[in-house]
Amino acid sequence: MSVTQLGMPSIGVPRKGFFTDTSLCIGCKACEVACKEWNSVPADTALELSGESFDNTSALGANSWRHVAFIEQKVPAADPSANDGVKWLMSSDVCKHCTHAACLDVCPTGALFRTEHGTVVVQQDICNGCGYCVSACPYGVIDQRPEDGRVFKCTMCYDRLGAGEEPACAKACPTKSIQYGELDELRERADARVAELHERGEEGARLYGHNPEDGVGGDGAFFLLLDEPETYGLPPDPVVTTKDLPVMWKRAAGAAAGLLLGAVAVFWGAKN
Amino acid sequence: MSPRRKHPEEFTSYYGRPILKKPTWSAVDIAGYIFAGGLAGASSMLAAGAQHSGRPSLERRSKVLALTAISASAVALVHDLGRPERFLNMLRMAKPTSPMSMGSWILSIYGPLAGASAASNVLGILPRAGRACGVGAAVAGAAVATYTGVLLADTAVPTWHDAHEVLPFVFAGSAAASAGGIGAALAPLAEAAPARRMAVGGAVVETLMSFKMERSGQLSTETLHQGRAGTLLRLSKAFTVGGAVALALGGRQSRLLSTMGGLSVAAGSALLRFGVFEAGVASTLDPKYVVVPQRQRVDAAAQKTDSVGV
Repeated sequence: MSVTQLGMPSIGVPRKGFFTDTSLCIGCKACEVACKEWNSVPADTALELSGESFDNTSALGANSWRHVAFIEQKVPAADPSANDGVKWLMSSDVCKHCTHAACLDVCPTGALFRTEHGTVVVQQDICNGCGYCVSACPYGVIDQRPEDGRVFKCTMCYDRLGAGEEPACAKACPTKSIQYGELDELRERADARVAELHERGEEGARLYGHNPEDGVGGDGAFFLLLDEPETYGLPPDPVVTTKDLPVMWKRAAGAAAGLLLGAVAVFWGAKN
Repeated sequence: MSPRRKHPEEFTSYYGRPILKKPTWSAVDIAGYIFAGGLAGASSMLAAGAQHSGRPSLERRSKVLALTAISASAVALVHDLGRPERFLNMLRMAKPTSPMSMGSWILSIYGPLAGASAASNVLGILPRAGRACGVGAAVAGAAVATYTGVLLADTAVPTWHDAHEVLPFVFAGSAAASAGGIGAALAPLAEAAPARRMAVGGAVVETLMSFKMERSGQLSTETLHQGRAGTLLRLSKAFTVGGAVALALGGRQSRLLSTMGGLSVAAGSALLRFGVFEAGVASTLDPKYVVVPQRQRVDAAAQKTDSVGV
């Protein structure tokens, strides 16, 4: 908490979050469908096939609050005469509900707010569609619906949480790849799971967004990945833009002072 | 279908798809808003100087220009909102964490001051209050002309954020250049000396700071040299430098050179804002500008940890 960052206020109850264990994801997209159904998220206007993989959702956006990525990787055969194998990576992406949430910091109307669960939600009746949060988000999550003008993203099913239910995506996930709960407990669970995978020889297993010391102060929705983050379309080391805001304001104040001095200077000695 | 990278190469990405969202803003609205705001703010400074040094023509024209420009910029800003009818929601709160929130308050302080000083001058009512508002508008105008650098830099857009130390100075120089330039074009030669100086001084600062921004060595500066943004910024420099040279050499004697030189410097200033805007947009479309610098950071940190032997 500072003048230029809102951060994580003390919410009085344990912070809630998602732990998405991609090693368990089977790419069924139940999370995508459940999210759309529960939150009445409109379909995108045209059914478009990407022609690249089973992923035709392509990215998170105003009308996709869960997005399952599909990555096919060739596994070279040890024996040159054998066929190469294939390795599938699947991962359900979602809004990260950052500790230092750039969207929340820069929202000029207060439409984006921190809930009693520690999540970040847009109040749709306040948003005036300025689009600032869209350019502020280092993950490229929140976006504008052009026909509506306002911005939309995952709310971690704010309405369900209030009723003591888990979010729709976690409820629908058949393999427990999406786990919902208290963030501290999820982090412990995730550490244990990574250790287990390493023991089994899954060298690539690593956590993403779990570290409170990272550039966004840790994510409220963090992941277990089996490859580098950028393979899944995630930024490798995002830093919240408002971290540099004190410097920016100082530079702007310096520039403004310089401008005023310059204006005085151009009139100096110029007598009519 | 999302845009794709043409050359999948030196780094890993998810099918070449962008990581960041493209800004929702339209170039005409937002680059236009930043240009008009800078023009208004610096014009108010010119007007305040003119009112205290006995240059009535320059004073009146700068005051009317400032009011016209800030009105246009406010219209552009509201027009760009997804829900323009809700623009007043920005005045629900004052958030130092949000440059846009601060900007709407700066505008609500500056706008009435610029309006009052122009109205007083044109209608000839309450001259003392009008002059006081003129000084207030000059001070608030400095904030209007520079906060826009923070507005663009306080985003995840690589080209804008990477320039966060220098962007307010680029925009300050550019604002002075545009106000001085249009002032030199509008005011009678006998009164236009300060406007010419402001235009030339602003052009020098704008050009030097732009070079600094373009040569910072960061990967994202590529977008300032390539494509549409590169063209706009090259044109901007030609107009700015050409106009400044014309003003410096012949602005004092020649009405034609004063007008053409002034308008040329102002055009360069406008092109600069559009170029910077487009460069930022381009840097969100290619995942390279997100992945490569962040990957380098991660690898450097990992190496450091290894060398310590953790």
